[in-house]
Amino acid sequence: MRYDSLVDSVGHTPLVGLPNLSPSDDVRLWAKLEDRNPTGSIKDRAALSMILAAEADGSLTPGCTILEPTSGNTGISLAMVARQRGYRLICVMPENTSIERRQLLTMFGAEIISSPAAGGSNEAVRVAKGLAAEHPDWVMLYQYGNPANAEAHYRGTAPELFEDLPTITHFVGGLGTTGTLMGIGRFFRERKPDVRIVAAEPRYGELVYGLRNIDEGFVPELYDASLIDSRFSVGPRDAVRRVRELIDREGVFAGISTGAILHAALAQAAKAVKAGERADIAFVVADAGWKYLSTGAYEGTIDEAEDRLEGQLWA
Amino acid sequence: MAVEVRIPTILRPYTGGERAVDADGTTLSALIDDLEANHEGLKERLLDGGELRRFVNVYVNDEDVRFTGGLETALSDGDTVVILPAVAGGAA
Repeated sequence: MRYDSLVDSVGHTPLVGLPNLSPSDDVRLWAKLEDRNPTGSIKDRAALSMILAAEADGSLTPGCTILEPTSGNTGISLAMVARQRGYRLICVMPENTSIERRQLLTMFGAEIISSPAAGGSNEAVRVAKGLAAEHPDWVMLYQYGNPANAEAHYRGTAPELFEDLPTITHFVGGLGTTGTLMGIGRFFRERKPDVRIVAAEPRYGELVYGLRNIDEGFVPELYDASLIDSRFSVGPRDAVRRVRELIDREGVFAGISTGAILHAALAQAAKAVKAGERADIAFVVADAGWKYLSTGAYEGTIDEAEDRLEGQLWA
Repeated sequence: MAVEVRIPTILRPYTGGERAVDADGTTLSALIDDLEANHEGLKERLLDGGELRRFVNVYVNDEDVRFTGGLETALSDGDTVVILPAVAGGAA
């Protein structure tokens, strides 16, 4: 397939069946391989969409500095697009993210400001909001609240899924900015409302939840609970176990957050089998495993991997 | 009947530092009342005006109770309840 430039090739990712993990011919699992995007993650869609929207409304003009709180993938996607278009990019990233993500960001020319490990992405958001207030000329695209993030999935990911799998009964995605689930949820609520929208949320170690007051939690501005039907919290043990199953049984090498998503997808599959219902369950492979090799999640026993992930932002 | 309740760091002053405590109740609402009976002050940290606080997430066997009936979510012997502050997560 031919494209005019790299950014034109974002999206239109393959949807592959998982015959070995699917419990039966009636209950099938399908993986949407978002690691096949230009920088290797689903975030290329949101990053491109947010930049195009900001250019269209005039808030982003040549020479601008973009600021973004990110645990890595969105920053890498923004960095790729920003470099093509001549924007400076500053990413606020929690210090407990994998070294590969920092290396990639630096390679693409982004500047990194570290936020404290304790508090995880909440802290990155807080630091970025503070910097944005100090530097009104910087443009914060703000993936947690930017409608263009969800719109990328409403216009791209969801119609692609529906076209490839008209019999879809469930969609399972990761819950971070909530953009993927909000966009896809809204599409199916309109077009095929019986599709169950399921969220898999990573559950980190205690360091990430921090010691801050419970009233200072964070819910992304994009989040609309009416667009999802259930929400699972998945810890590192289950995520690692599933990501390894995905490699062993289907040959798909995915990032750790995809293990959490698969865990929730398999729970839906088991539920359908028990109820004697037909199901076509599609889920997102958000990225591949390359950026997480240094975390130690892919070697040794599950116990060892779980210990190594303690305190890390593994998804 | 016993349900294991995992307590986040920030709320452990109410449980004498315990990371997990056992409690009883056939619904989440009843469970929270039972928690309050043994760990005074906890209920007020979880609920506001009879609803879960906005930045408090509660999971029964890993599923968010806001999608399973809220405070009326049914509990059975051996269930695990996890209480967590809401955070930004995912590969953002």
